[in-house]
Amino acid sequence: MALVWKDLVVELRGREFLGAMVAFALITIVTLNFAFDLSGSEREASGAGGLWIAFLFSGTLGLGRSIAVERDRGTLEGLSLCPVPAGAIFLGKFLSNLAFILIVQVVALPVFAALYNLPALRPLVLLIALVGAAGFAALGTLFSAVSASSRSREILMPVLLFPLSIPIVIGTVRVTTLVFQDRSGEAWPWFNLLAAFDVVFVSLAYVVFDLVLED
Amino acid sequence: MTGGPETVLIQLEHVYKRFDRTVALRDVCFSIAAGESIALLGANGAGKTTLLRTLATLTRPTRGRVLAFGVDAWVRKAEVRRRVGVVAHQPYIYPELSCRENLLFFARMFNVSGAEGAVEASLRRVGLANRSHDRASALSRGLLQRLNLARAILHAPAVLVLDEPDTGLDVAGRRVLASLIEEQIARGGSVIFTSHQLDFALDMASRVIVISDGQVEVDRQRDTVERVAIINMLAGEPLALVSS
Amino acid sequence: MNNVQRRSDLPTQALGLMATLILSVGIYMAFVYVPADRVQGDAQRIFYVHVPMAWLAYLAFAVIFVGSVGYLWKRSMRMDRLARASAELGFLFTTLVLVTGSIWGRPIWNAWWSWDARLTTTLILWFIYLGYFVLRSYAGDRERGARYAAVLGIVGAIDIPIIHLSVTWWRTLHPEPIVLNTSGPNLPNSMLATLLVCFAGFTLLYIYLLVQKYRVELVRDTLAEREMTMMLNSRPHAHGSTSQVPTSPSSRSRITTPGDTVGASED
Repeated sequence: MALVWKDLVVELRGREFLGAMVAFALITIVTLNFAFDLSGSEREASGAGGLWIAFLFSGTLGLGRSIAVERDRGTLEGLSLCPVPAGAIFLGKFLSNLAFILIVQVVALPVFAALYNLPALRPLVLLIALVGAAGFAALGTLFSAVSASSRSREILMPVLLFPLSIPIVIGTVRVTTLVFQDRSGEAWPWFNLLAAFDVVFVSLAYVVFDLVLED
Repeated sequence: MTGGPETVLIQLEHVYKRFDRTVALRDVCFSIAAGESIALLGANGAGKTTLLRTLATLTRPTRGRVLAFGVDAWVRKAEVRRRVGVVAHQPYIYPELSCRENLLFFARMFNVSGAEGAVEASLRRVGLANRSHDRASALSRGLLQRLNLARAILHAPAVLVLDEPDTGLDVAGRRVLASLIEEQIARGGSVIFTSHQLDFALDMASRVIVISDGQVEVDRQRDTVERVAIINMLAGEPLALVSS
Repeated sequence: MNNVQRRSDLPTQALGLMATLILSVGIYMAFVYVPADRVQGDAQRIFYVHVPMAWLAYLAFAVIFVGSVGYLWKRSMRMDRLARASAELGFLFTTLVLVTGSIWGRPIWNAWWSWDARLTTTLILWFIYLGYFVLRSYAGDRERGARYAAVLGIVGAIDIPIIHLSVTWWRTLHPEPIVLNTSGPNLPNSMLATLLVCFAGFTLLYIYLLVQKYRVELVRDTLAEREMTMMLNSRPHAHGSTSQVPTSPSSRSRITTPGDTVGASED
């Protein structure tokens, strides 16, 4: 879609927050080493948890900025004047936000695997990373748009987003831990849950976005 | 009044707009017919921008209705927006994209057939053909405004709503703007615009509306008002009287 | 202030009365009639308050959902009012659930909190409620607040079952001492009866409070409308605040008085 392309190109050329997102995720991952005991028996679980916290926070950073920039520059208004359904604008933003989160993951996962000697590059982990990111991006795009017009948008968005994203956090960390512990077989129920989550909330956000974009 | 067809394109009925503490528009009623070129004048803070934004379906009136092309503008937003071209205070241009890419994007969004060709033609029209591959961020304010204008006319809208379109334009730029307005009228469309450059505004207009404190004070055909009288009305605030 | 309170208040008063009656009976039953739990002793009695409260916390959000969907569909202020009214009540109940849960838990687990699946979900619900209020107050104007709150109402309501499911699955990995499981179908009759009475009483109370809260919001909205109408009708400063630049009579005469130029120029 033209929208997605536009968002991607704008950001890649602007190179502003994508770099920050990646850097932030990497730094968080390194800090993990000091915050958690990653040498002991709990390392799979702690590692998985820390990894996802890194993604969560860097994702939040990116989501917030993406819409904020459009709004401040006035281009959001230009977008709203286009005779496209609001849901289409949502999809465009959602996909480009998702792409950015995935890019961060693509960089961070190998680093994580190397630093902590945990098999973060197994296909199952990549898959759940995708599915989790999609759900997070969907809710995140929706609520960043909602918070964009308020004075305290940076704090408002996480307050709204995090409680609602708990299933994503639980699911992704669970699956990642299971993979680390070589118990991948048990991961499937979580997959289905998160996949369903994605479908439900992407469609819901599409429908509801009309309420967000007005004026 | 005007010689052209009397089709009313956009109509404001008893429109009020309130922002928190201030009432920006009070009981505004008027309509725009095809072939009209309307200069909207008034002091700063009189409500010109709010009025234009209401016409462009950017701002929802607190009371009253906006009818456009026969339908309630807020109920059938997409339909209306398809036929309106808007230039607002902030240019709807992405600095990171090239001129061509910017226009292509909007052409796609507005479903302009033959997008590539339309974009090329548009760029040529505003005199930016030689800068089409330059990033928008590299353009000066005046050229950026030309790009903005190109974007606004890209989908051949029936009504052009222009908020201070001459900002930053040099002499050549103003000529481009003038010819765009003339072309719009010739095609049977309409234009409504604001400007602080009175001479320019009066030259381009077939109808003059003066707004003050959110109310329409004057609404007459251009040839029935005297420039001096208008200045008196607007007195109290510095105006650029001579276009350079 | 006229037609809001003068309406026949009988149904509502009756409702309130009934709620109070049934609730009183329920409380009596909970604290006097029903025997103490074998295992947990008297501390368990708070169960009869805790559980109905939980039910109400979620019911209130369901009402918010209904109001939000209604607003999305019809942009009706009534629906938004409904959501608003239910939200405050729901938040109150959710807080009470957490508090009573804590009070109950303390003597039994020797801890103030347990990551029991239901309690955890309720904690998350509490945050969603909080977000709901913050969103409304930071949204700027009322209409925008209503829109955004509707978004949260819809998304939140649909998310809650999913949250509960994922938390429950998660919990099975971290089994903790006891789950407060006095709510199985194998409750002795006296307990069941007490529970049901409390359920009924609290639900009626909720409905009664909802109605009252709705009316308060209605009054607020009406006042806001009036204030706005007054504001819109207030006379502005004198027309055309022009300076007294002397002009020649001829040019003056070209412009007629403002009076006859207001309005559409077409006829």
